[in-house]
Amino acid sequence: MATRANQVIADDLFDSTARLLEVDDVKVEFRLRAGVVKAVDGVSYTLDRGETLAIVGESGSGKTVSAQAIMGIIDSPPGFITNGEARFRGVDLFSLPEAKRRKVRGDKIAMVFQDALTALNPVFSVGWQIGEMFRKHRGTSRADAKELAIELMERVRIPDARRRVNSYPHEFSGGMRQRVMIAMSLALDPDVLIADEPTTALDVTVQAQIMELLAELQQETGMGLILITHDLAVVAEVADRVAVMYAGKIVETGDIGPLYHQPSHPYTLGLMKSLARPDVKIGESLQAIVGSPPDLLHVPSGCSFHPRCPYAKPICVTDDPTLVEVAPGRKSACHFAEEILRGQ
Amino acid sequence: MTDDRKFPEIDPAITELEVEPVGKPASLWSDAWKELRTSPMFVVSALLILVFIVMAIAPSLFTSVDPEACNLRHSLELPSAEHWFGYDLQGCDYLARTVYGTRVSISIGVIVTVFAVLIALVLGSLAGYYGGIMDTIIARITDIWFAIPTILGGIVILSLLQRRGLWQVSLVLVLLGWPTMLRLLRSAVLSAKEQDYVDAARALGASDFRIIVRHILPNAIAPVIVYATITVGVVISAEAALSFLGVGLQLPAISWGLMISGAQTRILNSPHLLLFPGAFLSMTVFSFILMGDALRDALDPKLR
Repeated sequence: MATRANQVIADDLFDSTARLLEVDDVKVEFRLRAGVVKAVDGVSYTLDRGETLAIVGESGSGKTVSAQAIMGIIDSPPGFITNGEARFRGVDLFSLPEAKRRKVRGDKIAMVFQDALTALNPVFSVGWQIGEMFRKHRGTSRADAKELAIELMERVRIPDARRRVNSYPHEFSGGMRQRVMIAMSLALDPDVLIADEPTTALDVTVQAQIMELLAELQQETGMGLILITHDLAVVAEVADRVAVMYAGKIVETGDIGPLYHQPSHPYTLGLMKSLARPDVKIGESLQAIVGSPPDLLHVPSGCSFHPRCPYAKPICVTDDPTLVEVAPGRKSACHFAEEILRGQ
Repeated sequence: MTDDRKFPEIDPAITELEVEPVGKPASLWSDAWKELRTSPMFVVSALLILVFIVMAIAPSLFTSVDPEACNLRHSLELPSAEHWFGYDLQGCDYLARTVYGTRVSISIGVIVTVFAVLIALVLGSLAGYYGGIMDTIIARITDIWFAIPTILGGIVILSLLQRRGLWQVSLVLVLLGWPTMLRLLRSAVLSAKEQDYVDAARALGASDFRIIVRHILPNAIAPVIVYATITVGVVISAEAALSFLGVGLQLPAISWGLMISGAQTRILNSPHLLLFPGAFLSMTVFSFILMGDALRDALDPKLR
């Protein structure tokens, strides 16, 4: 029973009284021929049991890469983690040897990918793929693994699971496929689930179902959930806290309600104004954030948001603001955070 | 413009239900099989290959004559009602010799292909999956090796060997034949490893070995299967060519290449010496290449 022995070792490793997940000043860079891209530039956050953290940002803001760093699935080369720690129950994942790291993946921390069609292997049935989690990590027999797969498919509310267990990914609709992906990631009862844009590839009605499912499953299991998204509306109802990322940095973080109603960073403010909400008055147009996200090979000096910021002053061009607390539980990386917060 | 109309309440059970097409689960392979069963190209080639394989395993089913029971009195006799393929120079029954020659050709074709595929699977997945220095070394050696022409290389190596039996010829053809297969598999692995499900498998804790065996190879193997099928035919003709040139199998082995070689100076007077082994050889090669084409059509969804 080699697998069970390894299991015990992996459990002993972690201090169950320590914080679930602490990401501390993580930097990831991609060394490309064109130059060095600092995809993640000093990101820190924490996650507790039963908590949902939304990481919001545009494409290229580093939100996915920061999650991949925690999972240890960054292609290296060209990607390198150059700084920081990701402590899971007190143990830094970056310094774990690969064999132990692998035990953490899927077992302690699991991940749901954006597009379940491409994230599921087309040549195996979904039941086989879900069952593989048990066979591989727990040494479960084929027949038992299949029963467990059916159970999981029922838990993520796939109708008629017993019949559909032998179906292949392309035979499922987008929403059902994402449920399969979620079932797979939940197979081993992970303590942390990272969902990377889990609803982006789905249409709006199905998005809501998937978010609801994730929230329900979280309630059942008490896992910590990290939701990565570019869509503020998607996370509004399920997230506890939000971290807004821009050009590889967290520019604002705080509890979701206050942050939504009173942003303290111009970028968040811009995101909120660009969002179609019921309280936008008739005739009032949505405001887009001018310009486009920065080229990470040539990040602007000072505050990287300054070329697009309507509030930019000379200091923003020269000095990079640090993430500081501007209100209880709220941090912002803007020289004028307090003014923005007060709505001036 | 406020809108106070209320939508009727919808039963949540209905909204929850996404309608799925109901039917038997269909994998790539079962789809391919469905396609193959109805393809005349596949059916014809499969039947031909089946006949040749049975002939190779149990030649006595096709002829009751011993191919080595020869009588010089019958030397070079033309085909007749009793002896359909006539006799060769030594007075051996040509039908029996042609039938028994199948075994060598099929064996060499299969042995060479199996070993070339094995080499390609191991080295190709290592090079494609790990990349970097491993890939550079393997890929460059392959490229250099690839530049050696099969027949020319075969003549050079085989002419150095004293004894040239089935295994020696196979070994030389494997040595010269693996590069193409490896290049094919490497490129298939390169594209398969970029897929999200490989990252997903890694994120869920799969080891490198498991990722290669379970997630990459099953998705990269289709073009190799097609090429391997065609390779069986190509190798069979290469063996015949080498034997014809006198550097392949040696007498008293029975092989189509040797038979054609023996026919070359007697084509005008005894055309049957060339005709029958030549026809069998062509039919075998043809059926493997036809089968390869049928497999390609079935396994490559873009051609459907």
